[in-house]
Amino acid sequence: MKTNDFVIKFANVNGSGSASANALFAKAIFRMGVPVAPKNIFPSNIQGLPTWFEVRVNDKGHLGRRDGIDMMVAMNPQSWDQDVAAIVPGGYLLYDSTFIREIDRDDIKTIGVPLTKLCNERFTIPRERQLFKNVAYVGALTALLDMDFEVVKGMISEQFRGKDKAIAPNIDALNLGREYALKYFDCPLDIRVATSDAVGDQILIEGNAAAGLGCVFAGATVAAWYPITPSTSVAEAFEKYCHQLRIEPDTGKKKFAIVQAEDELAAIGMAIGANWNGARAFTATSGPGISLMSEFLGLAYFAEVPVLLFNIQRGGPSTGMPTRTQQSDIISCAYASHGDTKHVLLFPSDPTECFDFAMQGFDLSDGLQTPVIVMSDLDLGMNDWTTAPFKIEDGVELNRGKVLDAEQLDEIGRFGRYLDVDGDGIPYRTYPGTHPEKGAFFTRGTSHDEYAVYTEDGKVNARVMRRLSHKFETAKTLVPAPEFGQAEQGSTMGLIHFGTTAIAVPEAMELLADRQIHLDTMRLRAFPFSKEVEDFIHSHEKVFVVEQNRDAQMRSLLVNECGIDPARLVPILNFDGFPITAVAIADMVTEQLGEGEDAGEQAQGGFAAE
Amino acid sequence: MTYIAKPKFHHPNLPRNDLGLTRRDYEGSMSTLCAGCGHDSVTAAIVEACFELNLPAHKVAKMSGIGCSSKTPTYFLSKSHGFNSVHGRMPSVATGANLANNELKYIGVSGDGDTASIGFGQFAHAVRRQVDMLYVVENNGTYGLTKGQFSATNDRVSVGRKGQVNAFESIDLVSIAIQLGASFVARGFSGDKDQLVPLMKAALSHKGFAFIDVISPCVTFNNHGGSTKSFEFVRDHEHTVTGADYVPHRDEITADYAEGSVLDVTLHDESRVRLRKLDATYDPSDRAAALQYMMEHQAKDEVVTGLLYLNTGDDELKEKMDVTAAPLNSLGAAELRPDMATLEKINAGLR
Repeated sequence: MKTNDFVIKFANVNGSGSASANALFAKAIFRMGVPVAPKNIFPSNIQGLPTWFEVRVNDKGHLGRRDGIDMMVAMNPQSWDQDVAAIVPGGYLLYDSTFIREIDRDDIKTIGVPLTKLCNERFTIPRERQLFKNVAYVGALTALLDMDFEVVKGMISEQFRGKDKAIAPNIDALNLGREYALKYFDCPLDIRVATSDAVGDQILIEGNAAAGLGCVFAGATVAAWYPITPSTSVAEAFEKYCHQLRIEPDTGKKKFAIVQAEDELAAIGMAIGANWNGARAFTATSGPGISLMSEFLGLAYFAEVPVLLFNIQRGGPSTGMPTRTQQSDIISCAYASHGDTKHVLLFPSDPTECFDFAMQGFDLSDGLQTPVIVMSDLDLGMNDWTTAPFKIEDGVELNRGKVLDAEQLDEIGRFGRYLDVDGDGIPYRTYPGTHPEKGAFFTRGTSHDEYAVYTEDGKVNARVMRRLSHKFETAKTLVPAPEFGQAEQGSTMGLIHFGTTAIAVPEAMELLADRQIHLDTMRLRAFPFSKEVEDFIHSHEKVFVVEQNRDAQMRSLLVNECGIDPARLVPILNFDGFPITAVAIADMVTEQLGEGEDAGEQAQGGFAAE
Repeated sequence: MTYIAKPKFHHPNLPRNDLGLTRRDYEGSMSTLCAGCGHDSVTAAIVEACFELNLPAHKVAKMSGIGCSSKTPTYFLSKSHGFNSVHGRMPSVATGANLANNELKYIGVSGDGDTASIGFGQFAHAVRRQVDMLYVVENNGTYGLTKGQFSATNDRVSVGRKGQVNAFESIDLVSIAIQLGASFVARGFSGDKDQLVPLMKAALSHKGFAFIDVISPCVTFNNHGGSTKSFEFVRDHEHTVTGADYVPHRDEITADYAEGSVLDVTLHDESRVRLRKLDATYDPSDRAAALQYMMEHQAKDEVVTGLLYLNTGDDELKEKMDVTAAPLNSLGAAELRPDMATLEKINAGLR
């Protein structure tokens, strides 16, 4: 019996309307108090290609991706063979038995529901016949998995509130599938959902929506963006929440401006222009956009203009796998642009952190007067996650960092835009239009002195560059600290991870503990690395670095920035475009240890998908 | 000239404007361009226009890209903030700045390389968005800082200094700007200050995207006999269709003009631009006719100058986007950040 612990996968045709029915299914389980992790595995296509929706249900909260499908809802003849093959022995295959399908496995149980036939008999409009097949299989699942039918019906009513005419036929379609399952199969099966309180006060939301909402609460007023998967929904969420929260009641006017730019260069240019002028502005993109934005990132670094950038990483290089996930822009973001440049990176590992890092990202960017890049990824950005509710502190002013107003300018002597007055490497800035006589300066990407005046004196330029390094040292004390997990007895071995890998780590540690392998863990949350990061590495003989790219980019960054002997950092890698699994981490770590102390040998994971 | 620091003192009897400022107060540091560069005359025209318009310098933002022209914002309005961005990307930075605070005047200075080549895309989109700014191109048909390569505005018939032939069509920025919906389009000549200053004043008083293409000869690389962007060629081939006079709103128009030859257009700040039609057939409010006129006269190697197109009926960017009148950079947490109770409602909706 698998109660509240299984993986179900839906195989659909892109554009057939399955997405909303599948989301309904996942949300219903969440509403029953059981933690879920739905994942869209979609093609770079609008209509016709195979698409999958995978839902892991686990009331212990182990919500990382897991291989092995306990139940497959196979609705797509194109991917039939691979879908049937993916089911674990003893698992279930639910399919549309209107059509005769060859099932070449005798170690799985099959549940045929004639969805097409049922819907064709019940509905007359062709589009409805198509759409309601999806709702009907959700109806069948409510019976097969023993789901709370009232919850599902309630969600339909909620979803179509205001479009009440749609409620009855949807519930009709649900019943169609449910009644067929109840009549012809022994319901419930031995995998099922039981009402639980494991969700607690958590919420279900995508990382990109959380990031967009975070920008509203951070006081962002300008967003400029260029459409690119998987970052588009950051700007869309910002717009949606702004329409709810930022319309002037008396005039109906917007307290925000969102520009769909002509390309990524313009998008970040606008964000930089707005930040320079005292508004909080951001942009969101993915790998190819990062490449295009690099020149502007160098300008913002050198001219010390704040800007917040969300990088929702996808599979690279080049156009790569636009609809798959990776963490492969670490190096290109940490050192984006020509010349000596470094950027502050934040690594959220769940939607709550996407929200928090939007707010902290603006504070850091304003505080340090430099670009901050939030390094999310497709898995986090575009999938719903079971995550802690959002929190803010009321009554806090926006922290805009060292900005001088007219009064302060009157009190000081000569204003020097790039003078290190406080010894922390962070100078003072002014917004245009502040004072009739003082505080104006020329923002430039050319070499400049402490008064923002162009100079070709190499010594002066070197002095400015050294101060920028010093500012980066200050950043180490301001960025979010790493989070630690300790093995019961403490261990001589450690494991470093970051971003979306975090969701798989507790489960991987359990699997390893069963094999008598105990590791201390550290979750990186930011670059530059603070002293605690170095200390963790130095206090362990061997440290595994888990990341979702081919070249162990975070490991390289650690070696480079902290002066670590590379032999001590063992890469654990996954780059097949799917989120890393706990089993993969545990197996790769085990394999490494089995090979003795040769830490230089790379543990390679990540094989091509299907 | 570049080694001479600009002295700070000035004659005590220099004329002052309504703000009590002299022209010197609108200047910047000493130009480092070549002696005789057309761009310095454009700088002088900007200084004169701002002085005559009584603009407070700190309420102006100077935006530029990269190139000789983009250096010039250092040479005027030293009390204004300036932003010398990256090559060809000034329009996006200006757009963002404008959205943050539309109460400043934005003067963007660019060149033909910066605008017609590397920045062509951004230029086009700033025009069609109707960003509220004055965008000046100091057009000399050549890349000066890299020593005299052809630019995309170099005319097909114009040869290089060493006789190199230009095989490619030139890009006419005026026609492009009119076509893409700029609401104020003019062409001037750096050698004709009397024409250029009123154009600048009118452009600075206009709400929306005001574009001035200024033919500004490069004395070092493109002022030779075969060039169509030389002082001599432009003087010989200039065809001025409209003379524009700028009339502040408080002034009465007293001058006499022949009937039918004068067109008064009221700008957004109630000032007026008085167009003296030097070619009676020219209608600066007719977009299609203006384009046709440009093409016909270009074919005759004529450089058409004056206020070429004016439309005071279009909204600027912020109005188009329905953004609140207050500058966005003036809003604080109270106006921008909802409270925890609101956030808790959002949380509840996600359960």
